[in-house]
Amino acid sequence: MQSDTSGGDQYRMRTLEAWADTFVPGAKRWPDDRAIAGAAAGPGAVDAGAVELLETPATGVSDGLDSLAKALNEHAEAWAASHGVTIDDSVPAFVALSYADRAAVVRMLIAPDHPEKDIWILVALFCFMAFDTAAHMRTVDAIATGHPGLTAMGFAKPDADGLWRFPYFSYGKQLASLHPGTTPAGDPA
Amino acid sequence: MTTAERTDIVVIGSGFGGAIAAYHLAAGGAKVVVLERGPWLSTEEFEHDFILGSSSTRIFEFVAGRGMSVLGGNCVGGGSVVFFATMPRAPSFIFERQGSIGRRLFPAAISRETLNPWYDRVVEALPVHRQEWNEVTYPGGLWAAACRHAGHTANPVPVAIDTAMCTNCNWMMAGCRFDAKRSLLMNYLPAAISHGAQIRPLHEVQQLSRNDDGSYRVHYSVIDDEDYRIQTGSGAIDAKIIVLAAGAGATPVILQRSERTLGAMPFAVGRYFSGNGERLNTAVLNEDKVREVLGLSRPGGQAYRANQIGRGPSVASWDRLDASLPEFSRFSLEQLYFPPGLGTILAQAAGPDGPAWFGPEKKEMLRQWNSWLTIFTMSEDDNEGVFGPPPPSGNAVRISQQMLGQGNLEYKPTKNTLRGWAESDAAVKDILERDGLAKVMPWTNEVVGAYTVHPLASCRIGDDPATSALDDGHELRNHPGIFVTDGSAVPCGLTVNPALTIAALAERAMPGIVAAARERGVQVKYGAPAPGGVASATRAVDRTAA
Repeated sequence: MQSDTSGGDQYRMRTLEAWADTFVPGAKRWPDDRAIAGAAAGPGAVDAGAVELLETPATGVSDGLDSLAKALNEHAEAWAASHGVTIDDSVPAFVALSYADRAAVVRMLIAPDHPEKDIWILVALFCFMAFDTAAHMRTVDAIATGHPGLTAMGFAKPDADGLWRFPYFSYGKQLASLHPGTTPAGDPA
Repeated sequence: MTTAERTDIVVIGSGFGGAIAAYHLAAGGAKVVVLERGPWLSTEEFEHDFILGSSSTRIFEFVAGRGMSVLGGNCVGGGSVVFFATMPRAPSFIFERQGSIGRRLFPAAISRETLNPWYDRVVEALPVHRQEWNEVTYPGGLWAAACRHAGHTANPVPVAIDTAMCTNCNWMMAGCRFDAKRSLLMNYLPAAISHGAQIRPLHEVQQLSRNDDGSYRVHYSVIDDEDYRIQTGSGAIDAKIIVLAAGAGATPVILQRSERTLGAMPFAVGRYFSGNGERLNTAVLNEDKVREVLGLSRPGGQAYRANQIGRGPSVASWDRLDASLPEFSRFSLEQLYFPPGLGTILAQAAGPDGPAWFGPEKKEMLRQWNSWLTIFTMSEDDNEGVFGPPPPSGNAVRISQQMLGQGNLEYKPTKNTLRGWAESDAAVKDILERDGLAKVMPWTNEVVGAYTVHPLASCRIGDDPATSALDDGHELRNHPGIFVTDGSAVPCGLTVNPALTIAALAERAMPGIVAAARERGVQVKYGAPAPGGVASATRAVDRTAA
């Protein structure tokens, strides 16, 4: 049974899921899903594997995820207190926020003058990459298994050897006049 | 004093500046060692794969700075392995630019006319060719048609790509699996090796020192071939001449770190960095309007939906490369493709409170990814980048196992740069939003600052010692025998893709570097022809003569 409670691994996972869901939001996985806010239809960054990617050692952020989750919830608590928002303490503070409030916390953390901006942007980038590139999987496997992000984007399927080729690629005709100063070699004058 | 390996010439970096130097010096008879911090991949190792650890992260580097992120190559062949091989010459007016210093930025000896013979050499060597319209990709054709509709011209760009071998897979940034891209792995580097040059991958130069006999000692670390954060060893090599070509994001950092051992650097080392005035706009096309307004359709009936198909840029509009316009108002607008991730994260959708790079509206924009058209501005920025203190090693603190690092480049765009960007944003919008063709938004600069795939000018040539680190022969001022031949030597943004100009300037510098080597007792002569078939023929002749 799924749980959004604030204990142990769940605390970290649900916090990271809520963070990832802020960048590429998705539909709730079950009716009382708290981590995914449900701000958009269809699968989002969480379903695309954002937490799995963040937990990949090659990212360089996997060792720090416990403290990142803790810091994020502390920022969320502070933000809620300063904005008069009451937090349900049965779930991590960031998870307790609405989508709009989570987005406001994100904007605060990545603002140009925020001292922790670099790390928050880094973990945001990986959440996007999980959806846009499935960087935790072989791309051919991601395509074959219907990865939500690459599928939503309409990323084409490769040939049987796992390589992409597009034999039809050109409208095949002149579509504009050349700059009058173009040199015989095709350079600007 | 400890003993170190000795050679005639050490070349630091194996991109355009390093490969061209290695070839000419080795072909001329010098003992050449090339130290390259990245790995050495063969064609079969260039993967179509986004997974961390594949060639897309092994050979590519993204260094976030303070207001400027630099994207570049990290492998044998440098930028030429990961770039889009778009190679136009710089417009004539560029060589007359004054920037904000009130005097010509390029040395008096260099103009488009005087550089043309050196451009010709590189064009022959790679080779570079002018594309015909039937080689132009769907995104390039769409951009051309939109430009014509708005009363503008548009040109297929010159490229170093064998388009007959190209599959239009758009995986160029992970290296070319089909040997269609004419990277340095196909010409200068194998020719240099055939003349005896040694290339050592995963050797990251940290600093230089001077020996009592006037030669230089190059201190390097050996980098783990999978986790670039790990150094597996270190060493040093002595040479009479140093050719520094680690790229505009790394060359000044090596020199800054060497100040302790070499003495004061010229003021311009690590200053006057230019991001080539780069800026991106993403349009989401209305497919019906593409058909109705531009009359375009593909076999099978689709109007466009071809963002994924192609080979980076294939068409640019050069109408704003007009010498009569004021400086900082001139730019080219080039159709471009970046793969997902790099090409999608910073793109913005229209959100409820303004442009949004994340959230529900952005997700909806991603769903239309195949109808995207990305337009790349290259403009005249103000050389406002300054490198802060060097990190403990390399040019960045490496965060991830590969690809991602944090550097110390500070960049606060001036009013001049911002004006050029605003004018180019308006020009793109005017062309692509006409008659409802598309919705256009610039990429955000809020996340990683400005960004460039063409870092330049951080150790530049010039006639004025106060504002240039190198003389017009590319020799580092006050440090004879150290030459810089990479993009850091280019004095300013070029308004076009700079690879051909970097390469032409490196070619131009070679006779002087050979002469300097001879003065230091190296048995070397200048005069090797363009590499390629000619190189093997030359070697055969040499053998016969011997």
